[in-house]
Amino acid sequence: MPDKKQDLIDQSLQDLNNDGVDRRGFLKCMAWAGTGLVWTMSGGVPVSKAFAKSYGKHADKGADFTFVQISDSHIGFNKPANPDVAATLQTAINKINEMPQKPDFIIHTGDLSQLSKPSEFDTLDQVLKGASAKQIYFVPGEHDMLTDNGEQYLQRYGKDTKGTGWSSFDHKGVHFVGLVNVANLKAGGMGSLGHEQLEWLENDLKGRSTSTPIVLFAHIPLWTIYPDWGWGTDDSEQALSYVKRFGSVTVLNGHIHQIMQKVEGKVSFHTAMSTAFPQPAPGTAPSAGPMKVPAEQLQKVLGITDVNYLVSGRSLAVIDSPLSS
Amino acid sequence: MTKKIVCLASVALPVLIAMVLLAAASSSVAANAQPSAATAGVKIDNFVFGPQTITVPVGTTVTWTNADDIPHTSVSTEGVFKSKVLDTDEKFSYTFTKAGTYPYYCTIHPKMTGKVVVQ
Repeated sequence: MPDKKQDLIDQSLQDLNNDGVDRRGFLKCMAWAGTGLVWTMSGGVPVSKAFAKSYGKHADKGADFTFVQISDSHIGFNKPANPDVAATLQTAINKINEMPQKPDFIIHTGDLSQLSKPSEFDTLDQVLKGASAKQIYFVPGEHDMLTDNGEQYLQRYGKDTKGTGWSSFDHKGVHFVGLVNVANLKAGGMGSLGHEQLEWLENDLKGRSTSTPIVLFAHIPLWTIYPDWGWGTDDSEQALSYVKRFGSVTVLNGHIHQIMQKVEGKVSFHTAMSTAFPQPAPGTAPSAGPMKVPAEQLQKVLGITDVNYLVSGRSLAVIDSPLSS
Repeated sequence: MTKKIVCLASVALPVLIAMVLLAAASSSVAANAQPSAATAGVKIDNFVFGPQTITVPVGTTVTWTNADDIPHTSVSTEGVFKSKVLDTDEKFSYTFTKAGTYPYYCTIHPKMTGKVVVQ
């Protein structure tokens, strides 16, 4: 395994140095080079701007509020791809604490732990305690449901949630919905929301004004990125049909440990980098497992996502920044 | 022609006797069966159960070994067996005492599926 994997990694590293011209190559380049990609939704029309070190400048424009998404901390993982995931999570928290505009809260889109061990959750809590934003919302990843169907996860992070850990809340006019698509997974399938949760979602959204910006967050991507690796949710179509009528919908996911974005009508989908280890782009490696990169590159492929909300434009700007910038 | 038949008979009879003796012997061996029963292995690596389908005789103990750098599980879709979470190098064994087909999957990465055929 090591040799073949290393060859593929070397190959993709070379391609990156040669600068891929296609969209995926462009996004890869952005992540490696340490720049961010800004997507702004204005009246349903996406406008993207690439920016380098002017990250601070954008935030100074003064969003009405900002929140941060972190994902896939995998506390407990200790293999070569990153022997110290608690340290890189700490770097992510430091980065959040340095932001010119303090985020109102943090959303963790799952895989908090590697093996659902109490000690792993404890370590996570220790690191998160140091975040400037004290309010943190969580949704579980499949790694958080390993020993007891997520009982422990729910006890620690599931207050005010229903079922396997779903919930919704409002913040300054934006409606946030945390969904769980990592429970009761069926053989041969991908992520799954399940009937009960879908019913709850439909009711939760009923009667809300279409001008309310909606943010959905869940661990596994709610759109099909790469079925062979389970990167999608079998019953997400139904969930997305409930948000179709709204003027601005942002979907935030994790699980794949790399940035992928898609805009479909008024819905913009976005996956975040991990704070622990990167994973290969779809189909570029024998499997979706942890991807080892040269030590000095690690901080460039791990990152956080800052989301700025502007009431006037009713737009959400999603800004990814690697740990190294 | 008669010679040939006689020849055959003289070979066939001892063989028949030998077979009967062997059958008797093996049945008495089975009665005092030692725990050196059949074993088989499935290697988990790169998000794949290898081999994906294994065929084993009744009484075989199948051992799954996780050689991947990510945890996996081996869980029967019919509730017949269920491993705990296997981190790298951890193993899980199950002895199949009944013939049948046993599909299973990894509950963490459900696209990973396998099958044990017990004959």
